[in-house]
Amino acid sequence: MKSGSNLERILTSGHFAVTAECGPPKGTLGEIVRRKGELLKFCCDALNVTDNQTAIVRMSSLSGCVLLKDLGIDPVMQMVVRDRNRIAIQSDILGAAALGIRNLLCLSGDHQKFGNHPSAKGVYDVDSIQLIQIVKRMRDEKKFLNGEDISGDVPLFIGAAANPFADPFEFRVRRLAKKIKAGVDFIQTQGIFDVERFSRWMAMVRDQGLDKKVYILAGVIPIKSVGMARYMAKNVAGITVPKEIVTRMEQAKDAKEEGVKIAIEIIEQIKEIEGVHGVHVMAVAWEDIVPRVVKEAGLMPRPLV
Amino acid sequence: MIIAERKPIKEILSLTDSARRILILGCKGCVTVCSAGGEREVRILGTIIRMGRKKKGEPVEISERTLVRQCDPEYLDQISDSIDQFDAVLSMACGVGVNFLADKYPGTVFLPALNTKFMGGAEAQGIWTERCAGCGDCILGLTGGLCPIARCSKGLFNGPCGGSVNGKCEVSPDIPCVWQLIYDRLKLLNQLDKLDEILPVKDWSVSSHGGPRKIVREDLTI
Amino acid sequence: MSNVFKPETIAFCCRYAVYNFADDLDSLAKSGFPAGVKIEQISCSGRVDVASLLGALETGADGVYVVGCREEKCHNVAGSYRAKKRTDYVKKVLSQLGIEPERVETFVMSRGDEIKFVEMAKEMVEKLKALGPSPLRGK
Repeated sequence: MKSGSNLERILTSGHFAVTAECGPPKGTLGEIVRRKGELLKFCCDALNVTDNQTAIVRMSSLSGCVLLKDLGIDPVMQMVVRDRNRIAIQSDILGAAALGIRNLLCLSGDHQKFGNHPSAKGVYDVDSIQLIQIVKRMRDEKKFLNGEDISGDVPLFIGAAANPFADPFEFRVRRLAKKIKAGVDFIQTQGIFDVERFSRWMAMVRDQGLDKKVYILAGVIPIKSVGMARYMAKNVAGITVPKEIVTRMEQAKDAKEEGVKIAIEIIEQIKEIEGVHGVHVMAVAWEDIVPRVVKEAGLMPRPLV
Repeated sequence: MIIAERKPIKEILSLTDSARRILILGCKGCVTVCSAGGEREVRILGTIIRMGRKKKGEPVEISERTLVRQCDPEYLDQISDSIDQFDAVLSMACGVGVNFLADKYPGTVFLPALNTKFMGGAEAQGIWTERCAGCGDCILGLTGGLCPIARCSKGLFNGPCGGSVNGKCEVSPDIPCVWQLIYDRLKLLNQLDKLDEILPVKDWSVSSHGGPRKIVREDLTI
Repeated sequence: MSNVFKPETIAFCCRYAVYNFADDLDSLAKSGFPAGVKIEQISCSGRVDVASLLGALETGADGVYVVGCREEKCHNVAGSYRAKKRTDYVKKVLSQLGIEPERVETFVMSRGDEIKFVEMAKEMVEKLKALGPSPLRGK
């Protein structure tokens, strides 16, 4: 066991994992995080807390994770390289480990221009792949980047993102291989709507034997409205929404119901793809719907390991 | 070369507002090549300032001069006997020139007419783009000659982020994703395996982050 | 003494466009060419530069315009196209100075089309009359 986290135990014992996401508030009310935690506690194996997502300032992922940990949830801390240099990064990792956080997702981060402080200096001292290496070294060798010893353990299950829909398409699998080489343990992909394309990516992944080296959780985003479908199709870099889905949302009598239906269909198709080890449900500003989606996709109750 | 562009007119008029006698000093170096601060631009700016003052009914005397370069104390010597007669010197050189002027003539008010932007070149007539970040430790041999620090919005070292779509950066459709370009280039050169190597973390201490830099060539100093 | 504002205008003209009438100012006047428009002949409308356009306004002209040949007819290929880019640039400068950008314009015409030439001049002068004297006049 690298970290002993619930997520790690679920995956290593061969179960199909379910993770979800919770966005912290633009303020100091811990209650908001706790409420989301209570809501999602029993329908997922681990719960991500986003890190200033879209470069909008929110309560930190580290503190959100501590609040969730108090509820008995296995949190996944997210860390973007946009906002911190290697000194703060390693420092926060030590703090996370000390506070009992056992999963860390290493990300580049959306560019600061998208957020609410677009004039901010983007740090990018190290990139997400170098971050994976840093965490792995801290955990497995108990050493800082500079080679000095760390006192105490850093038991972290290391995650990263993968985007089967970004370009260059042929390079995406190579990039995954690079993250694996760097030491990543699990992957959460960007939201999938084009299952066919995701399937092709998974075939390439299996070809390289990568599905045996890393746990892959496929991202699913339940769509709440036509506006959301259109917005994602047009504005979010790295998400591909096929026209059929936008059309279904447009023609649906009850948009939310259709959104739930689509999400469940996608999960059911994804479950059939060889090499996929779980699903990561990202219900942005719609966390309430996650328990229902997980249940109707046949993934309840969550196993106890 | 260094690429700069003239500050907005309102800002220049505001900066020079209280000066009665102004010297507009151009530079025949980089800023002439990028049409920001050469002889022609000095002439135009002189006209613009006079027009701005005329409109307000306020007097101004403008002298215009262009030096070979302002980043060399030797050329700056040429204005030593006339510099005291001006209330302000509006330099149309890049930031380097303005700094050198200020270093040399501590008693004079120097104002920048330009915003110095980046190290780059002309992609086509009238279009300049950034190419080099002056990081102090060049890795272009590993990336097919294309710089990820200067040309990737996030300065990533190990390939594109998830926001690279259709060869464009997530920040703007006008910005090509340099990692796409690097990928294509290395593919052409049969060097794709370079992309499988994980580039180690950068030593930023040799970049501007480490403090203002200096190079001394003992074999060349007097 | 009339108080009606009489605009002073400068017209930079491609000499090939105006070759057959621009030297005979009396005859031009008889054709209706407005008073107050001074013709400056240049070898191609593309030769006009930003400094000259601004300079004209600085020295008190109420307006300045450029006359060139139609794009497909320019024997220097892109003369009037370049002229337009420069007048567009000058318009931006004028806006930033708080001066009406309409005080600078570009026109194109067929070579030797005296009627059109006179029309354009009248159009410009009328526009300047409506704008009033340049804010830089007489200061």
